Amino acid sequence: MKRFGIFAAIILIVSALLGLGVHALNKASGQDNASKTLTIFNWGDYIDPALITKFEKETGYQVKYETFDSNEAMFTKIQQGGTAYDIAIPSDYMIEKMHKASLLLPLDPKKIKGLQNIEPQFLNQSFDPNNRYSVPYFWGTLGIIYNDQYVKAGEIDHWSDLWAPKWQNKLMLVDSARDIMGMALVESGYSMNSKSPQQLRQAADQLNRLAPNVKAVVADEIKMYMIAGEAPVAVTWSGEAAEMLANNDHLHYVVPSEGSNLWFDNIVMPKTAVHKKAAYAFINFMLRPENAAQNAQYIGYATPNKKAQALLPKAVREDKQFYPDSQTMKNLEVYQDLGPKWVEVYNDLFLEFKMHN
Amino acid sequence: MTTLNHKTRQWSYFSLYFIWIALFVIAPVALIIYQSFFGLDHQLTLANYKNYLSSAVYLKMTLNSFVYAFLITLITLVISYPTAYFLTKLKHRQLWILLIILPTWINLLLKAYAFIGIFSQTGAVNHFLTFMGIGPQQILFTNTSFVLVAAYIQIPFMILPIYNSLVDIDPAVIQASHDLGANNFQTLWRVIFPISINGVRSGVQAVFIPSLSLFMITRLIGGNRVITLGTAIEEHFLTTMNWGMGSTIGVILILIMFLTMTLTSGTRKAGTRKNHGKA
Amino acid sequence: MAKHKHWGGRLYLIFAFALLYTPILYLIYYSFSSGTNMSTFKGFTLSHYQTLFSDSRLIVILLDTLLIALLSSLVATIVGTMGALGIHTLKQRKLQNFILSLNNILMVSPDVIIGASFLILFTTLGIALGFGSVLASHIAFSIPIVVLLVLPRLKEMNGSMVDAARDLGANRWQILSKVILPYILPSIFSGFFMALTYSLDDFAVTFFVTGNGFATLSVEIYSRARQGINLEINALSAIMFIFSILLIVGYYFINQYTQSRRNKRQRGGAYLQ
Repeated sequence: MKRFGIFAAIILIVSALLGLGVHALNKASGQDNASKTLTIFNWGDYIDPALITKFEKETGYQVKYETFDSNEAMFTKIQQGGTAYDIAIPSDYMIEKMHKASLLLPLDPKKIKGLQNIEPQFLNQSFDPNNRYSVPYFWGTLGIIYNDQYVKAGEIDHWSDLWAPKWQNKLMLVDSARDIMGMALVESGYSMNSKSPQQLRQAADQLNRLAPNVKAVVADEIKMYMIAGEAPVAVTWSGEAAEMLANNDHLHYVVPSEGSNLWFDNIVMPKTAVHKKAAYAFINFMLRPENAAQNAQYIGYATPNKKAQALLPKAVREDKQFYPDSQTMKNLEVYQDLGPKWVEVYNDLFLEFKMHN
Repeated sequence: MTTLNHKTRQWSYFSLYFIWIALFVIAPVALIIYQSFFGLDHQLTLANYKNYLSSAVYLKMTLNSFVYAFLITLITLVISYPTAYFLTKLKHRQLWILLIILPTWINLLLKAYAFIGIFSQTGAVNHFLTFMGIGPQQILFTNTSFVLVAAYIQIPFMILPIYNSLVDIDPAVIQASHDLGANNFQTLWRVIFPISINGVRSGVQAVFIPSLSLFMITRLIGGNRVITLGTAIEEHFLTTMNWGMGSTIGVILILIMFLTMTLTSGTRKAGTRKNHGKA
Repeated sequence: MAKHKHWGGRLYLIFAFALLYTPILYLIYYSFSSGTNMSTFKGFTLSHYQTLFSDSRLIVILLDTLLIALLSSLVATIVGTMGALGIHTLKQRKLQNFILSLNNILMVSPDVIIGASFLILFTTLGIALGFGSVLASHIAFSIPIVVLLVLPRLKEMNGSMVDAARDLGANRWQILSKVILPYILPSIFSGFFMALTYSLDDFAVTFFVTGNGFATLSVEIYSRARQGINLEINALSAIMFIFSILLIVGYYFINQYTQSRRNKRQRGGAYLQ
């Protein structure tokens, strides 16, 4: 008995030391609670850390930066309300969904400075009319990335090219029901927001015919596999593509001109926000052209801030891969929140596709 | 007085343990069954079960999971039985069996991660194939690689129970078999194998049930081209947020689990190793 | 004949061990490569270890993982031992078996089911996901193994020892602390170590019930492995391998100690039976 008591005591002491260690390390990386803080909830590695430092210096706020890796995960966290997030950066359809779930605070237009810097075509989108709840942060597309060691230029320009028998077992797809079903819908000539069972069935059948070409349906992994040359072709988002291009000169990104997805990641203030003044300060800080440009250069995504675009090197702002021409832009579609029932239909069809061999 | 005392003592022992049983054994099972009757609109419904039973996709997935789990168990058994058998012949058996256990202490994520390197286009296996003049093959993201990696991870859990049953065999029994004129093969097949059958049963239980519900390897190694019941549960709970359907598949998995237990449990008590860390 | 057979056996064992250890050694080997991937060895370096030790997020996660493992094993050992004592005092066989089968449910359930059902539980109870929920889950899935390890030892105990103590005037508490507990102590320690193994090895359950930025090593490795090959992870596996060796040596000695104190009959395995 005594021995177990001593043993238990040792375990508790070690645990206490470990706990202290965690606490000390968290404190060192600035995660403690000060009153003048701003808690940002963002995707991993989605802001230039230098900008956070700059913001902290300029305003005196201390930034707590937490990350999520899917819109759904973020939604759950904010709904649970365990942490006082002041700022979050969800994507388009999720903003609509959060609004419907009353998880967003309306933004006061008087407190926002620099919205006119944003290109008008990126404002007033269907998911947030008049930008009552959100301010554009980055935008991008869904497209095809290929390796020119295996694919000749012009060989893959359109979605239909992916169905060619030549690419048997060569294609990687992002693990996202909405995107892959959307691709099949466009390929079948329909809207990416289709709510027609016939259209969806037809798209799903078309998608099932793609199965022999598909090597894997993964997500973040695509980045490493494309860079390593494991696969010649993949369907992915422009943001991911930018990072791959930076690491492998043989890679190219195309947005099929017949249509694709246009997505946004916008800054919102969730219901959990406590430090509203700091949140506005951050929104205004990110709207400033020099900051938006610096962030775009660091992340490699396309900025909606036209004054920031002007500050970018010519090679970047005229890169058709990431700033498609107006013709293509016209055919891009933003996802709408389809509601749980239709999302389930999309998911079921996508699952059917994954099971299709 | 004594009986009262006895009762209170029993209760003091049991209090925390009962709370645990109520909270973490009964409540979760009850909740998952309860949840399975709810649709996306939070209405009480049988739709999930109807959906499951009428959907070719889910039935095929169940069948696939069975086939894969069966293959994984079979491969594991074929590799493990001789290993366990030969291990009992070694001198420092205790030490060797620890060396079999050691790989299970390495997180299975790390092992899966190693296979990504080994099986990739430029990985060790393809280096070897190129060297042999066969040229690089697609190995990662195939059903074969999925089954092999899953079997690899399960091997120690199959070896241990078989080893434990073999090591219990009284050498006199084997001697007797030889004295009665049986040759080595006969002794193995007629004497040793029947005695070790309980170990094989435990091993099969310990491998088959978790293999039905693997989810992480299906993605990392199978590239989501292999979808098991486990993958579907994980997707419904963590990605598509359809807990009702996820719970339904969970309930079906629980039923399959009980069925497997009943079929494989002979005289011996239910499996002794937790199906741990393997999904 | 015997010699010949031995040869085959030895060869087969070499094959089996090579199979078991190749992936692990492969990882460790590349942790020293100065390249960026696991296909070509580029030259010796320790830089990945340096990155590892200066990665404060990873170190926090490592400490958290150990903290969860130690605390959960300790609590599970205490609750599990109490449970075993309770079951042991029960007179009816049927009731004993009934409780034991409830006990075993978590032992045989697949991880996905445990994870998913615990997730529903925590959500229903309104418990925030994070350190607390992970700790509670680890305690929960470690308890049954402690019971299963302690109970046989209690059954082995000679009833006359307790009677003798009672005759000598010991009260219940004294009987428990002076007679019963010292006798079952080795099995309590085995229970603790098994609980520790379960906790350190777990991925699936934690994956379901974690939240609010809290991660254990396996969850973190999962998200990093998806980001791409990163030899820092290889360095981490090398360190974990060494750590595992140390743990297993510890377990080995405790087990040896147990065996030397145990009566003759002890089934061979060093692992649980």
